[in-house]
Amino acid sequence: MVSKPGILITNGRIIDPCSGYDGNGDLLINNGTIVARETHIEKESLSDVIIVDAGGLIVCPGFIDLHCHLREPGFEYKETISTGTRAAARGGFTTLCSMPNTEPAIDNVAVVDYIRAKTVEDGVVRVWPIGCVTKGRKGYELSEMEELAIAGVVAFSDDGDPVWDSNIMRLALAYSKDLDLPISNHCQDHTLSKGGVMGEGSVSTRLGLPGIPAAAEEAMVARDIALAELTGGKLHVAHLSTAGSVALVREAKNRGLSITAEVCPHHLLLTDERVLTPYDDINGMSPNDSYDTSTKVYPPLRTSNDVRALIDGLNDGVIDCIATDHAPHDIASKQVTYEEASFGISVLETAVGSLCQLVYSGQLSLSTLIDRLTVGPAKVLGAQFDAYKSLEPNTAADLVLIDPDKEWTVDSELFVSKGRNTPLNGATLRGLVQMTIVDGEIVYQCPDVGGKE
Amino acid sequence: MTLLLSGLGMVITLMVDVESNVIGSQNVNAAGTNRKHILDVDVLSEDEILNILDQTDAMSEVLRRDIKKVPALRGRVIVTLFYEASTRTRISFEEAGKILSADVINMSSSGSSVDKGESLLNTGLTLQAMGVDVIVVRHPYSGAPNLLAKHLPKVSIINAGDGLHAHPTQALLDAYTVRSKLGSLKGLKIVIVGDVLHSRVARSAIWAFTKLGAEIVLSGPNTLMPVGLNLVDGRANVLPPVSVQPDLDDAIRGADVVMALRLQNERQNGGYLPSLREYIRRWQITKDRLSSASKEVLVMHPGPMNEGIEISTEVAHGGRSLIEEQVTNGVALRMALLYQVSAGGYQIEEEHPNGQ
Amino acid sequence: MKRAFGVMNQHKVMNDQDVRRALARISHEILERNKGTDDLIMVGLYTRGVTIAQRLSENIQKFEGTIVPVESLDISLYRDDVQLRIAQPIKPTTLAADISGMKVVLVDDVLFTGRSIRASMDSLQDFGRAKEIQLAVLVDRGHRELPLRADYVGKNIPTSLEEQVRVRLIETDGTDDVVIVRSGDGNNSNG
Repeated sequence: MVSKPGILITNGRIIDPCSGYDGNGDLLINNGTIVARETHIEKESLSDVIIVDAGGLIVCPGFIDLHCHLREPGFEYKETISTGTRAAARGGFTTLCSMPNTEPAIDNVAVVDYIRAKTVEDGVVRVWPIGCVTKGRKGYELSEMEELAIAGVVAFSDDGDPVWDSNIMRLALAYSKDLDLPISNHCQDHTLSKGGVMGEGSVSTRLGLPGIPAAAEEAMVARDIALAELTGGKLHVAHLSTAGSVALVREAKNRGLSITAEVCPHHLLLTDERVLTPYDDINGMSPNDSYDTSTKVYPPLRTSNDVRALIDGLNDGVIDCIATDHAPHDIASKQVTYEEASFGISVLETAVGSLCQLVYSGQLSLSTLIDRLTVGPAKVLGAQFDAYKSLEPNTAADLVLIDPDKEWTVDSELFVSKGRNTPLNGATLRGLVQMTIVDGEIVYQCPDVGGKE
Repeated sequence: MTLLLSGLGMVITLMVDVESNVIGSQNVNAAGTNRKHILDVDVLSEDEILNILDQTDAMSEVLRRDIKKVPALRGRVIVTLFYEASTRTRISFEEAGKILSADVINMSSSGSSVDKGESLLNTGLTLQAMGVDVIVVRHPYSGAPNLLAKHLPKVSIINAGDGLHAHPTQALLDAYTVRSKLGSLKGLKIVIVGDVLHSRVARSAIWAFTKLGAEIVLSGPNTLMPVGLNLVDGRANVLPPVSVQPDLDDAIRGADVVMALRLQNERQNGGYLPSLREYIRRWQITKDRLSSASKEVLVMHPGPMNEGIEISTEVAHGGRSLIEEQVTNGVALRMALLYQVSAGGYQIEEEHPNGQ
Repeated sequence: MKRAFGVMNQHKVMNDQDVRRALARISHEILERNKGTDDLIMVGLYTRGVTIAQRLSENIQKFEGTIVPVESLDISLYRDDVQLRIAQPIKPTTLAADISGMKVVLVDDVLFTGRSIRASMDSLQDFGRAKEIQLAVLVDRGHRELPLRADYVGKNIPTSLEEQVRVRLIETDGTDDVVIVRSGDGNNSNG
């Protein structure tokens, strides 16, 4: 095996929430491993090393995304492992957990093996499949969880749909308990959300769009918490979106239940009013008219009150991590009426830029933000991810370099992802990934970053 | 464009075409320019609505002539694109267009390429490529007219009813009907009764009536009231001010106008109502109930009616009923809108207006 | 429209006495040509044509003792440039009677390209088959784009295309006069 050239990253601001380290310094990478972290490493002593000047940049562990949709196999016209992992690299994500709502679904070893093989062949970041809770995601019979676990899935989920049958959810939590893998549930009571396409409230009333009440999510979060308590299983609540859900999780954690929860960038930044933006032809056409289907997502965008509660929950650790729920779609799935459009936002490439807004507005510290993108998700996944969550020497060289002050305008036409469905198209964001390194290899480099041999 | 740091939504910087704003002259309508599309009442100002009602008056005069034909829209092509059944709305648009001398083509989803799965947008693009000037669209999904307006730069879109969202031409003709009876809507108490939740007519009517100064009271089962009214989520700017009074007798007291909404029979199956019988007992507009309203109370219904359910036959065809007048006014109102969206968006270099 | 016009850019071509005399003469001419007022009807074009028609009718009543009905006509729906213009507010056309067999005197303030008159004649056809249509204007400024002429003219005023003729009447403008405005002051829009 040919050894990779080493990489020396100099002059960066190293933020490593795992070890609590935040300071300027140099990092030396060799053979896919961080070998040294010092305030200064003498480059003259090294040979065959790529030197990266990270002056003015933040250097932190690569992000771990607990929740994304790579669409392969089955929906390669929406995304592939090749395009999805490249989009991830562009967004600073070095590990992706891909949801099993593929075709066929990830409910058997063959599909897991296929994804792993495809990742080796086409991928540029680490991909870990999430297995189905039930066969075919239909909600009736448990999938062969142990076999899937051995094949390498890191969690179970029927995402896209909830595990709607309460007894099946109970059995899944109980059965998977000794596998020590979390069950990530998409909380949506279909009998309450039936036909709904956006958050229920004054905006949905104005637009005449069927609403999804917050209770549709909260009822199932409450159910799942009760079932986790009943079984002692490992519950992970996917994409929280309401103040009520945050309160439920907070209360459960206060009681000592070991459940975990995630939130998506769009729920931290946008509200249902983004669906409204009234069309007004006196003021001219705006690309962001009412009924912009790129805002259609489950869970739906909610109110500013919910946004505040989610940020609070993220700050105080009730919400463990930020996951993208990257859900790329082809144009035809979105260029229809709002009710007909597919749910989902293409998130990977805008996540960092949009989340940095929370830092600039003083709502979240930079180290908390990085923690929730690295340490948080690693904790949900368990000990086997400890090596990917820090910049300590002798851990995996998965890291990202960010220019926190770089302003850039989102142009979905330039996305690497096949999914151009973003409500942020045209927005100016601050904070841009400059370089992404996976396993000691530079897998993404922003065109204008300074790197020299 | 900037992203709002507070996370409350996006702030959009609009490019305003300076050229298009220098048309200030006293002959330009109150809005300063013509609407290219009529998608809903919510973006119209009070002055714009009043202007439309005045134009409807002028169009009514044409309807009273022996020869009901003027050449205003000669050479213009109007397509009525209806994805839902309709009698009065479609025919009144067709009649309005034909009186104005436009060529009106009716297209429905059955028997067209829509049957073969063509998307709304592709149908719209096809019509645009054929040189259609105005598309009057009715669609079961909210926002369908907005989708067409967004992607068809050469076509004016008029919303003839979309999902649960809006039915602006109905709302404007209702406002016109009330105004022509009572002179103005200022200070009137208008009670809208029934299935507000599933009513695009109610949504648009509330906008139109409140912009013209009326007080709106909604009455009906709580299961058929949309959420977000009464500022439940505290956002005053999103919906117009209304009050909700489930007890119809309380709601109707002193009312100047009572509007009954169609109750779809299937609502009973959806669990919204225990039974039609109970609905009739609590919310049917009857002569008895109207006795506590203003003596001159006017009764309206957007049609089609379920006589004997939301409104008694006696009231529907009684002396206080404006229901037939609503239909007549529909043609004039739609003429006014077709004329307005067809006029140019700019003013020609004009000689002395009296000489020309 | 309230705008200040530089003195250098406008000059008066008819004062109140000129307007009064011209309308009196036209009234007599109408009577003379039609040999009285039988079957006669005045139709004024908005806005000032309606006012002038009313004055002509009043004159005729004074001179002859008979009443010539005055109706108003809005020609917006008959214009040939609907797509080119902002939709102008349409004013109520009062003409309701069947004009078949009647002699119609169309009245406008200024005759220019002739397109308004063309539109108004189209419009009149929809109210019946008039026996005859005549045209009375206070000012003929030339520059016809259609083959028509006025039967009664208050004053012929040769103009250039850069000029505007502005008729002001007490009822609408507070004063009776006719001025020519040169558009060199940047205002070539409506008067």
